[in-house]
Amino acid sequence: MKGCLFNIDGGYLEGLCRGFKCGILQQSDYLNLVQCETLEDLKLHLAGSDYGSFLANEPSPLSVSVIDDKLREKLVIEFQHMRNHSVEPLSQFLDFITYSYMIDNIILLITGTLHQRPISELIPKCHPLGSFEQMEAIHVAATPAELYNAVLVDTPLAPFFVDCISEQDLDEMNIEIIRNTLYKAYLEAFYKFCKDIGGTTADTMCEILAFEADRRAIIITINSFGTELGKDDRAKLYPRCGRLNPDGLAALARADDYEQVKAVAEYYAEYSALFEGAGNNPGDKTLEDKFFEYEVRLNVQAFLQQFHFGVFYSYLKLKEQECRNIVWISECVAQKHRAKIDNYIPIF
Amino acid sequence: MRYLLGYTFGTISSATITVLVLYHILTGKGERISFAWFLENTTPYMWASVGIGLAVALSIVGAALGIHTTGVSIIGGGVKAPRIKTKNLISIIFCEAVAIYGLITAIVLCGMLDQFNYADVNSSVSLKNQNWFAGYLMFGSGLAVGLVNLSCGIAVGIVGSGAALADAANSALFVKILIVEIFGSAIGLFGLIVGIYMSAKIKMGNKV
Repeated sequence: MKGCLFNIDGGYLEGLCRGFKCGILQQSDYLNLVQCETLEDLKLHLAGSDYGSFLANEPSPLSVSVIDDKLREKLVIEFQHMRNHSVEPLSQFLDFITYSYMIDNIILLITGTLHQRPISELIPKCHPLGSFEQMEAIHVAATPAELYNAVLVDTPLAPFFVDCISEQDLDEMNIEIIRNTLYKAYLEAFYKFCKDIGGTTADTMCEILAFEADRRAIIITINSFGTELGKDDRAKLYPRCGRLNPDGLAALARADDYEQVKAVAEYYAEYSALFEGAGNNPGDKTLEDKFFEYEVRLNVQAFLQQFHFGVFYSYLKLKEQECRNIVWISECVAQKHRAKIDNYIPIF
Repeated sequence: MRYLLGYTFGTISSATITVLVLYHILTGKGERISFAWFLENTTPYMWASVGIGLAVALSIVGAALGIHTTGVSIIGGGVKAPRIKTKNLISIIFCEAVAIYGLITAIVLCGMLDQFNYADVNSSVSLKNQNWFAGYLMFGSGLAVGLVNLSCGIAVGIVGSGAALADAANSALFVKILIVEIFGSAIGLFGLIVGIYMSAKIKMGNKV
């Protein structure tokens, strides 16, 4: 019965999204791509996949940044097509996905203006999914309160920003804190939204978002070692919707070095496995790659169930991972540096 | 919105029932709130017509839900894999069959519906028995067919939607899911068989 009700509003888009998902490159495609000698070869191989002739109109000396732009452009068009055809509550769900790009854009713009870059140079670098009208006015802000009053108050990010108005001024450190506070508020709100939708959506999305929250908490902890960020401030940045909440986060807040973080992760079967094989030696995968791999696995699992919104989120994340893979491979091809070309993260 | 409507409907209907019950009790007609009285004094025409109506209406609601569920998935999946569109029409046909079961029952029951004379019926107990029995039978058979087909339509629709998406992803899966769908579609036949079997005992009219 739930399936019938879901399909009334979301059936077409779910089918469409699954259709798009079938266009994600397979392992065999990657095997072809890594054997390319030049970027032109790469273009030829990509033309045989679902990407089709997306590079056809580009002038001949291809650069990696052009490929990256075009890949992203295609993804954005597909996503916005789905967004334009959706109705409540799916439209709100898809909007929620774009908020994370909005946060990234705001941080990018503030950092840029801090370094005296002209705004016209920064705007093209923003992610198109996270663009909003007031974006160009962001350079007027000198303090977080001004930023809130001048720019963010009319955007959907306003409720997330309330926690960081109290920061004194915008410097490198505070920007990083603002980014993480925003992200924390965003993840918690998204988690709650998915919980409220309930059903299969809650089952799949909450697992993915819980992992995202835990990953952020662990990465924040590891990155904070050796910086001036205090333990109390650090604990305030942890998103409180993951599996680590509350005991794991309390333990993370007390951690002093990498080994202690690893010890915390030991208590959680999924995460201890990730820390197990991770290392910085040549040949080992980094912890970040391990996290990406686990994320891909969670996202692929979202497709195993029908009649839920998780497929849209997972599709976007998988496609982004694919863009990173293609860019990595083309980077390796362009620089003739083939030793690490196999470090991409296969999806299927 | 959906919850609001449901809530309003629930409140209004329970309030109506309470008011009616209180009215009957307080005006000294409490014995009228009696199931037996209701069954005895309702004409068989009403039971028969409601039965026929339920048979066809519930079946068609089931079929419509099924076709909608399957249809949107075929359209959505068909955007990137147009080859699925003709093959998956079979799922639509399975859903449509559900509506046809309801229609068959309704037509059979309509054939049994007959007029009788109240004066004759009231004078003969066996004649009254026969006509009242016919009314209940038609209601029961219509309700059975309707509810069975409603569930069958939903089941076939959801499986059909899965079939369309699975076929779009991997065409080797279509036949396998089709078997599941055939079994889903078969449960609609159970209702039809029982409905027809029940209607075989119906005899309405002025003759015993």
